Amino acid sequence: MELDVVELSRLQFAMTALYHFLFVPLTLGLSILVAIMETVFVMTGRPIWRQMTKFWGTLFGINFVLGVATGITMEFQFGMNWAYYSHYVGDVFGAPLAIEGLMAFFLEATFVGLFFFGWDKLSRVKHLMVAWLVAIGSNFSALWILIANGWMQHPVGAEFNPMTMRMEMTSFFDVVFNEVAQAKFVHTVSAGYVTAAMFVMGVSAWYLLKGRHIELARRSITVAASFGLASAISVVVLGDESGYDAGMNQKMKLAAIEAMWETEEAPAPFTLVGIPDQEARETKYAIHVPYVMGLIGTRSLTEEIPGIAELVEQAEGQVRSGIIAYDALMTIQEQQNNTPADVMETFEQHSDDLGYAFLLLRYVDDPRNATEEQIVMAANDTVPHVWPMFWAFRIMVGIGMALILINGYFFVRSSFKGMDYPRWALRLSVAAIPLPWIAAEMGWIVAEYGRQPWTVDGILPTALSVSHLSVTQLLLTIAGFALFYSVLFIVEMGLMIKYIKKGPTQDVAVTDEWMAKHEHRLRTHDGNVPEFTPAE
Amino acid sequence: MILHELISFELLRVIWWGLLGVLLIGFALTDGFDMGTGALLPFVAKTDTERRVVINTVGPVWEGNQVWFILGGGAIFAAWPPLYAVSFSGFYMAMFIVLCAFIVRPVAFKYRSKRPSPTWRSTWDWALFAGGAVPALIFGVAVGNVLRGVPFHLTQSLMPIYEGSFFGLLNPFALLTGVVSLSMLIMHGAAWLNLKTEGRIQSRARRYGFTAGVVAIIGYAVAGAWLALITDGYSFVNAAVTDGPSNPLMSDVVKGGSWLAAYSDRPWIIVAPIMGFVGMLMALRGLTSGGEATTMLWSKLGILGVVSSVGLTMFPFILPSSTDPDSSLTVWDASSSHLTLFVMLVATVIFMPLILMYTSWVYSVLWGKVTEDDVNANGETLY
Repeated sequence: MELDVVELSRLQFAMTALYHFLFVPLTLGLSILVAIMETVFVMTGRPIWRQMTKFWGTLFGINFVLGVATGITMEFQFGMNWAYYSHYVGDVFGAPLAIEGLMAFFLEATFVGLFFFGWDKLSRVKHLMVAWLVAIGSNFSALWILIANGWMQHPVGAEFNPMTMRMEMTSFFDVVFNEVAQAKFVHTVSAGYVTAAMFVMGVSAWYLLKGRHIELARRSITVAASFGLASAISVVVLGDESGYDAGMNQKMKLAAIEAMWETEEAPAPFTLVGIPDQEARETKYAIHVPYVMGLIGTRSLTEEIPGIAELVEQAEGQVRSGIIAYDALMTIQEQQNNTPADVMETFEQHSDDLGYAFLLLRYVDDPRNATEEQIVMAANDTVPHVWPMFWAFRIMVGIGMALILINGYFFVRSSFKGMDYPRWALRLSVAAIPLPWIAAEMGWIVAEYGRQPWTVDGILPTALSVSHLSVTQLLLTIAGFALFYSVLFIVEMGLMIKYIKKGPTQDVAVTDEWMAKHEHRLRTHDGNVPEFTPAE
Repeated sequence: MILHELISFELLRVIWWGLLGVLLIGFALTDGFDMGTGALLPFVAKTDTERRVVINTVGPVWEGNQVWFILGGGAIFAAWPPLYAVSFSGFYMAMFIVLCAFIVRPVAFKYRSKRPSPTWRSTWDWALFAGGAVPALIFGVAVGNVLRGVPFHLTQSLMPIYEGSFFGLLNPFALLTGVVSLSMLIMHGAAWLNLKTEGRIQSRARRYGFTAGVVAIIGYAVAGAWLALITDGYSFVNAAVTDGPSNPLMSDVVKGGSWLAAYSDRPWIIVAPIMGFVGMLMALRGLTSGGEATTMLWSKLGILGVVSSVGLTMFPFILPSSTDPDSSLTVWDASSSHLTLFVMLVATVIFMPLILMYTSWVYSVLWGKVTEDDVNANGETLY
């Protein structure tokens, strides 16, 4: 692959975005888990729950700060590396980002300081309110970011303005209530909740294995498992909703995920595993499950899902239509307000396909001069690389299913089996800590890599979106980020491990005292742990 | 939807120009003292406990303060997309350095006191110093370059092409404005430490803050004279169309004349530099003798005056192009669409008062000095 500005900009964005998302899911989920723990403390007054709040809060803080720090890169990178994108869609895309700052990030960031510094300065109820505001703020933050991202996947509520050469908003309502954005939001925050649940469960399981901080660990597992189970189910349900929306809106992405080269007769089978071969347009060693794909993509047994070959054919038609739009646009640029009415009309008829003409800019300076061969090449470019999509999706779904099982198991043990966990399950839980992160990163690869060759689906090609920069500049910043982020990652992991090993250090005396005083209620007469211990 | 036509496009553009100023000033007033405090850290605090006192004065609030910066970026993206595209990609390496500073600073706050090792702590202290001083300098340098005009042009399809280099940004005028910005924010940080600390730290902060304030006042005056005598301004050739499409290429702009001509067209804007001088002078007085809270307020007034004087002098220009003046971005041709500006205004009208309310509440909860005893007593929980 040649190292050009487009590829390097993509590499840098992918790198910094995937890195940012190492911290975001834990922030989303742990903020809520911590707020739930504090709620139990305020309602029952039992100091163990404050100890839990403070302990998990400390780990939350170590993680949160890197989410914030690396999030700044995300916001500024659009302008730095994607200047034409910023110009072209800023009118629509910028608004949710700015509202995120106004409505969510300000809330979260202003109160997070008080969460850590306000224990002695606020009443219990006020401090609890602060904890919930942090949780609400971070989750609202995700909402607006995903509205922005949803618009890139499914651009609604906007149209192209030839006078300003950009997309302009026509309906804010449509942008906000974009079905893709809404499904993505619930899918993504639920994934964050599962991540936090697995983190809390895994760390607690490790304490149980070591025989340390038993009271804290058992209560934490109880909270995490029930929260995690509900969230894990939600992730899969909303993931399915996303699949359905993709079937409606991003058919090429769906076809790539499935490596569905030709249109299959309805209802299409689901390819469980196989080795997709892009050149030959076939999937080797495929194992099919009949009907399933048709159900996911169309929720019917009769509707067809178009295959890649058919979609490429459609794209070719759109490229041709786009050339007509491009031709009219050039006339409009020259004549401005004196443009003849018929040219305006032609433009309006074809302007939806304008982006497809831009795909030709890779091959020819003026799309109107494109040869037949180039048009076919541009149409072929609308197919993302299939095998990474195919596998990333399968890894994500596999992990999603596994997490439902793990959380379900721990939920049953904690609710009905007296919080008695076999050692193999505890070990499994520790080993499973990284799984949600892997699934989340795979999910982003499916969503963003699968959107290629577009930054905004069908509107603006990635190759056109970049800034006018030099390869040297990009190599410098990529190297800078790689080095800087690696150091931060090592520092963060070091601190995280140190504080997990250290265990809870605050409120220890008061908690132990309370525990000793209530020992008789928490233990059965023979001194064993009772089978049904309430998670007091 | 025709609701948005209740407010004319022209007026919305002016409002958003004003709100851009509000956000930048909000950033300078709040995150400004964080940056100033960071820049002062190695000098006003010598022992570990002293340093922790200084860090903990901003510890609970830096996160919220930094959001002004993030919101500023978001608002520029949403309300002034061409400005966002041109400036962020044009000042690429400078932005990268600012980014690094804004990434390292939060981490330094949070992680510094999590390990006892003196090497660990002093490394993060220097990170805090750089994270405060470097952006404060770069923002000033950027303002100087904006006043001079930036070498860029827009293609027919409005792709911004930047023609300068990173080192081209470091011209004498821009370095001067960089020094003004840095010294002004150091003064502001000193005013904050004067309010939040006591004893040795407080007296050192006063001393450094006084010197920085003197530099800021002199630098600001010199920059004004420079604008009057050397640097050219920009103006429209014909009367500007104020409610036309946002396409900078549609207007004719020339370089020449003085920016300060604005003061004869709109004499009232003289209020801004007066506020700048008065605020900074009174802050100096406060740092030598006066009250603690009032010094902070005077320092804020000074910053408000200095920052707004730049915007008011340049109006309606936002980012002039030195190599292709027609590409210059102005209030009348670099905004978002009518609808987007309206939607954003509604969001701001709803949320900005809420933000100001809860931010003030947080500050009032945290009101009072941070002392060495606090740090020693709460070693676990504080930064």
